[in-house]
Amino acid sequence: MKKGMATRTLTWVALASVAFAAPALADEDAELVVNGEIEMVTKTAAPAHLADSVDEILSGWRFRSDETQVLQLDDFDNPGMVFVDQAMDRWNTVEGSEGKSCASCHEDVETSMKGVRATYPKWNDPAEEVRTLVMQINDCRENRMGAEKLKYTSGDMVSMEALISLQSRGMPVDVAIDGPAQSAWEEGKELYYTRFGQLDLSCANCHEDNFGNMIRADHLSQGQINGFPVYRLKNTKLNTAHDRFKGCIRDTRAETFNPGSKEFVALELYVASRGNGLSVEAPSVRN
Amino acid sequence: MKLTRLTLATALVAGAAFAEDIKPADVAFSDGAIETSLTGMPGDPARAPEIMDKGAGNCIACHEVTALNDIPFHGEVGPTLDGAGSRWSEGELRGIVANAKMTFEGSMMPAFYKTDGFNRPGDAYTGKAAEGELAPLLTAQQVEDVVAFLMTLKDE
Repeated sequence: MKKGMATRTLTWVALASVAFAAPALADEDAELVVNGEIEMVTKTAAPAHLADSVDEILSGWRFRSDETQVLQLDDFDNPGMVFVDQAMDRWNTVEGSEGKSCASCHEDVETSMKGVRATYPKWNDPAEEVRTLVMQINDCRENRMGAEKLKYTSGDMVSMEALISLQSRGMPVDVAIDGPAQSAWEEGKELYYTRFGQLDLSCANCHEDNFGNMIRADHLSQGQINGFPVYRLKNTKLNTAHDRFKGCIRDTRAETFNPGSKEFVALELYVASRGNGLSVEAPSVRN
Repeated sequence: MKLTRLTLATALVAGAAFAEDIKPADVAFSDGAIETSLTGMPGDPARAPEIMDKGAGNCIACHEVTALNDIPFHGEVGPTLDGAGSRWSEGELRGIVANAKMTFEGSMMPAFYKTDGFNRPGDAYTGKAAEGELAPLLTAQQVEDVVAFLMTLKDE
């Protein structure tokens, strides 16, 4: 009964919005166009490595309510953008012993960082490891700027990640899963299908086998991370993918892994690769 | 007489019935079913709705139950529980609630009366490692209460 009432209320709000601005709204065929110009791919054919699992990949945006979806249509409504502005200030701020800011080497973020997010996590040859964007930012801070590393999921770090990710917005996620990155990718895949905790649940149980179904009041998505960092209405801040991984594993009544751990880096690579072809959406808005 | 009454009172207060519960590790499954009550007593179906809502069971996170329609937001991950008492015997339902994987291999459903064999078991929902022995998700009494309720869900 109450479920029915909630649906009716939602429909009414949606209708009211249509009457005023006619934005793309939450139905199965809604399309995401940001600022009236950036056409996002939120649904496309699954990458080849998922051939045995799913046919289509879907951005988490498609699973959210009309009210949540609409917040991502215009940057003036997107509550994540304020953090991007803060990171822009930091981009130009000199820190550390070398007297450098990000801009000292990378100059205009809009030019130098275009396309970067779309390929991360990626293999770093000299370091012989798969690196997330956060790891690369901290490598720059430590070794080029002579500055302190930022905590993996700190507000300053996630804002910088959002600023850099924004420069790839609308570009397809395109992380490499072969070559030197392959073993980390395999490890991430193993984690994705491993059941954890006293509830004995894997990522796949909810996000591969049951996306589209309701679990209590939550609409299960595919768990795609093309929108990260994500502004969550639930905690009113930007969140990293590792924050979300941690929360999900915690909710299986398991001992979780830490943000920045080898396990979560591998899992980020694997989950990102499940979204190869979806648009980078950061900073996206979810509930 | 006096002594008997005192003993009885002590037994009730200390939960002597609990001491007779079949422990999770000692549960005997037969084709997925558990034929005997885990407490040795019938459950109380009146206590089940709270367990099946946001209590320890949270059954309706995944299952629809028409009889519990006054509680909002039933999930759709598992099958509806309507008619469960007609489809399954009491022993089969007890087995499914205790450990559904003994009936449905590879089931996503958590085992509600099982305390070992988990990967990185945590301390409830803290994300930290569990310390000491795990408690089952439901007590023997709660399993029996839920089973008793499920048995009332008959086909029309």
